[in-house]
Amino acid sequence: MEDKILLAHGSGGKLSHDLVKQNFVPLFDNTFLNKLDDSAVFELQGRLAFTTDSYVVNPIFFPGGDIGKLAVCGTVNDLSMMGAAPRYLSIALIIEEGLLMSDLKRVMGSIKKAAQEAGIKIVTGDTKVVNKGSADKLFINSAGVGIIPSKVDISGSNARVGDKVILSGSIGDHGIAVISQREGLQFSSSVKSDCAPLNKLVAEMLDSGVEIRCLRDPTRGGLASTLNEFAESSGVGIRIEEQDIPVHEGVQAACELLGFDPLYVANEGKLVAVVAANGAEKVVEAMRRNKYGKQAAIIGEVVSEHPGRVILKTRMGASRIVDMLVGEQLPRIC
Amino acid sequence: MKYINEFRDAELGKSLIARIRQRSTRPARLMEFCGSHTVSIAKHGLRQLLPPTITMLSGPGCPVCVTANADLDKAIALAKLPDVIITTFGDMMKVPASRSSLQQVKAEGGDIRMVYSTLDALKIAQGNPSKSVVFIGVGFETTAPTVAASVLQAQQQGIDNYYVLSLHKLCPPVVKALLDSGEVKVDGIVCPGHVSAIIGSVPYEFIPRDYGIACVISGFEPLDILQCVDMLVAQIEGGQPGVEIAYRRGVKPEGNRIALELMDRVFEVCDGNWRGIGVVPGSGLRLRKRYQRYDAEHNFEIKPGETVEPKGCICGDVLRAVKTPLDCKLFRKVCNPEHPIGPCMVSSEGTCAAYFQYGEGYGR
Repeated sequence: MEDKILLAHGSGGKLSHDLVKQNFVPLFDNTFLNKLDDSAVFELQGRLAFTTDSYVVNPIFFPGGDIGKLAVCGTVNDLSMMGAAPRYLSIALIIEEGLLMSDLKRVMGSIKKAAQEAGIKIVTGDTKVVNKGSADKLFINSAGVGIIPSKVDISGSNARVGDKVILSGSIGDHGIAVISQREGLQFSSSVKSDCAPLNKLVAEMLDSGVEIRCLRDPTRGGLASTLNEFAESSGVGIRIEEQDIPVHEGVQAACELLGFDPLYVANEGKLVAVVAANGAEKVVEAMRRNKYGKQAAIIGEVVSEHPGRVILKTRMGASRIVDMLVGEQLPRIC
Repeated sequence: MKYINEFRDAELGKSLIARIRQRSTRPARLMEFCGSHTVSIAKHGLRQLLPPTITMLSGPGCPVCVTANADLDKAIALAKLPDVIITTFGDMMKVPASRSSLQQVKAEGGDIRMVYSTLDALKIAQGNPSKSVVFIGVGFETTAPTVAASVLQAQQQGIDNYYVLSLHKLCPPVVKALLDSGEVKVDGIVCPGHVSAIIGSVPYEFIPRDYGIACVISGFEPLDILQCVDMLVAQIEGGQPGVEIAYRRGVKPEGNRIALELMDRVFEVCDGNWRGIGVVPGSGLRLRKRYQRYDAEHNFEIKPGETVEPKGCICGDVLRAVKTPLDCKLFRKVCNPEHPIGPCMVSSEGTCAAYFQYGEGYGR
């Protein structure tokens, strides 16, 4: 019979101990974690960014990633979007009794790989196991700290009239990749999640010397919601061009089928930046040299008209409002 | 051939718009029947590209929206019965009925499950033999054949705990009712694409013949709709209304025979109750006698209670194309997709939701 997670794996007793010592510690191997003290103790200097996020994706494995990769990339990206260089992460697992040990190991392997790519350390963690039915397979919480270089001042409220809006690549890949695997809705699709750590891309953008005013990863709610947040916080209008926003064919097709709009579909490896107009091209060039920014492009600009609103110029040449996501996107019925 | 970007080509679109502008000399009121057309027109901003001579009206083509409160109340009454599992398409969940919504009943403990097809509903029936599984059959000629297929499959596989609450609606009879009412002046109709894929173009022939109104069946991409408008304008300007198909990749004049046969085998035509329009003779579908054992109305004692219409909501007028969402006092202020007062704001295909989401009339 296949090895499964038992309630005892989260009891704090022998099984928990063995699970952590034999599986997690060697995997993440670093001086902070290896001590297995109650907290990781470290020194950091400068302005710190600190964030936390919980991951409950269903299914836990999806094309292009899994919940482990997501837990690292999501938190790394949240730090990066403040301009911070991520350093240390925690990983806390809430496991449903009965999860296959092989699945857990696979997820932990992804966490290690993503952490390595991002160049961060997992320095502390926790494991809990709950009764079958009390959680859905595996939930992960991760928190992280990073250091913000001096002079960096990034906020959704910094956009100024005349600034350019930059998008790092195609939209909607993560949402469609996950939903294509949902029970009751499985459809074959070549779409892969874009889940990726963006800290190096951001570092290269900052290195370009151009002032980055706003930076955000358009996760839940998609590009539309992020742009609306910028417009509202900064009290400006934003205009974007539909034809400049890349959408993969598979994402486009799935969206048509399900009645979704790619502008509202979640991404996990993309960013939107608002930068001064005269430096925009330079930032785009820097981004294109990074593998996660190859398709980077200017998609619009910040305007003084219609403050708080995002207007999209359609391919046909008409203009329409791009509103915040309200409710959930539900499939059409006729 | 691909079917999305080719039908969104900006250059072709611009040349079609130029042709429409050139061709259109007299005022023309065009009504799109289908909710998917309403959404596409709003999403691609087509209304503002058309010349001022052309007015686009939205008709009663969103299946969730046209479901009468009295019928919604039946679904809710069913959901409250013991040992009943309700299966429904997602958009129905949030629609406020007289006193509650399916979503609310679910929160109170009702077993209501969102499905993507009738086959999912059948699977739920198979997996829960001690419960009665009721599928809320909402939709036009597009959906009805799939529901018919599920009834036949239930019969073949001996699934005896599957039921359908048939609230299906038929498109041509309601168009006739709207035109007979004389309330709306229409010069041309953008006929539905998916419905026509099933019924073909023949059932619309009475419209140009008896009412002198132009008809063109359209697909859903911006170029499809612009081409349809161009053909409608040509018919109107030429004074020769007829029925044409601008959606040849999806629609044959005779429709889909297999789907029509399926529908006819399981359902018979009955009167349909439409929100805002009332009971329209011959515009509904009910299960034939020999399939009555699958008919929810026949097998359960449904006590829906008195019907109450939402106060101040003009969804009925919007569905009859006599008003637009911009005429509604509740629109945006009180009624929005988070807190919908009427169904046209709930359904993703609803006119109010489309106006809200894409800002139709913004800055007007």
